[in-house]
Amino acid sequence: MQTVKMVVTGPFSSGKTQFIQTVSEIDVVATERKISSESERIKETTTVAMDFGRITVDDDLVLYLFGTPGQKRFDFMWEILSEGMLGFVVMVDSSRPETFREARRILETFRAYAPTPYVVTANKQDLEDAWDPEDMRIALRLAPEVKLLPCTATNKESVKNALLELLYSILERMESD
Amino acid sequence: MALKGNLRDFSFSQLLNLISLAKKTGTLQVHGPERATSISFDVGKLSYAQNSKKDHGLAAILLRSEKLTDKQYQVIKDKANNIGDKELGLMLINSNYVTQDEILASLKTEFVSTANDLFTWEEGIFHFENNLKPSADKISLLINLENIIIEGSRQLQEMERLQDELPSLDMALKFTDNPGTNIRNVNLSVKEWRVVSFINPKNSMKQIAKTTKLDEFEFRRIVYSLIQAGLVEIIRPEGVAPPTPKVPTLPVEGAEEQKSLVNRLINRIRSL
Repeated sequence: MQTVKMVVTGPFSSGKTQFIQTVSEIDVVATERKISSESERIKETTTVAMDFGRITVDDDLVLYLFGTPGQKRFDFMWEILSEGMLGFVVMVDSSRPETFREARRILETFRAYAPTPYVVTANKQDLEDAWDPEDMRIALRLAPEVKLLPCTATNKESVKNALLELLYSILERMESD
Repeated sequence: MALKGNLRDFSFSQLLNLISLAKKTGTLQVHGPERATSISFDVGKLSYAQNSKKDHGLAAILLRSEKLTDKQYQVIKDKANNIGDKELGLMLINSNYVTQDEILASLKTEFVSTANDLFTWEEGIFHFENNLKPSADKISLLINLENIIIEGSRQLQEMERLQDELPSLDMALKFTDNPGTNIRNVNLSVKEWRVVSFINPKNSMKQIAKTTKLDEFEFRRIVYSLIQAGLVEIIRPEGVAPPTPKVPTLPVEGAEEQKSLVNRLINRIRSL
């Protein structure tokens, strides 16, 4: 059995667990705990180790999706998770500009761990106060060639689109080598 | 009882707070991985500070605060190197090089800056020697610690933010290709102009910081403001190769097999 791995990362509460849940064929093995910190009490629970989803491609190929813990104090897990990954998705909550700087920091860190292809998703585009993706590109200081995709992690087509764009980037990288 | 430990376990602001509340007199010596700092206190107030990486003689301090020119500094170093700070200060005041207020203001800036630097240390062995005072030839001040603690904590937070914004000073800067912006029409301070004059894709930010003799905090703050104003952007220095894009790790070998595997993944995702 061959296995490949993609990592889904992003700031706290950016929608990583939901993104994986939407396409995983198994119930996501989420290691969630109740949040104790008042400052991070935007939602009731958060991922403390990692989320783990699976998509079986055929008899001998499986794609695993790993979600990184959202809280800053679990940064040490990132390097472990990024090892051997095919590429990564950086989730950004479009309605919370206060997390954009953190998203940039995470993106830079992952790029340093492994300069593999990646896409950035402007998640929660269904929310009324979501920023326009092109405004987010400026705020996140993303170069024009970086794929910034509007996304709603609860919507399967939206998540599929993000994964496909990442796979197209991987294919392009292979063809250019 | 000895007051010693590691800044990792007992932060500098906690130490200052303790010294202030207990109205301690003595000298705090901190040894970090790169440099050592020594700060003296008199009844809970900062009286003197020096850093092992800097010349802490009065002439050097006045040069750094631009109260003496390079030439004046050199003359003093050549002809009055053995004179203590107090004597040198009197000579400079009597010869109208500087005023007493200028000397005191320069010393205060230097001591506070040395103390502020310690806020950024994550690690360092410290030891407080009770009743140890600076040598008699040094000029001592009495500076309240409360403002230093508040300002140092604020600068630490700002530094953390600046480090997030500018994670590496190994990168270079270039002026943005924005035809609507003319840097001549922008009001810049002397220090900002100094940085601007060295902006060139060949110079890394680290080199510019060193050449302009700005401390890291001040340099980062200037670069950040120039970036925010849309005047400059960060680029890779000329002659430094970008990191080689990594071909993703795949469980099969051979270009065609790898492409085939990715295409299988694409087809599967499409079919979800």
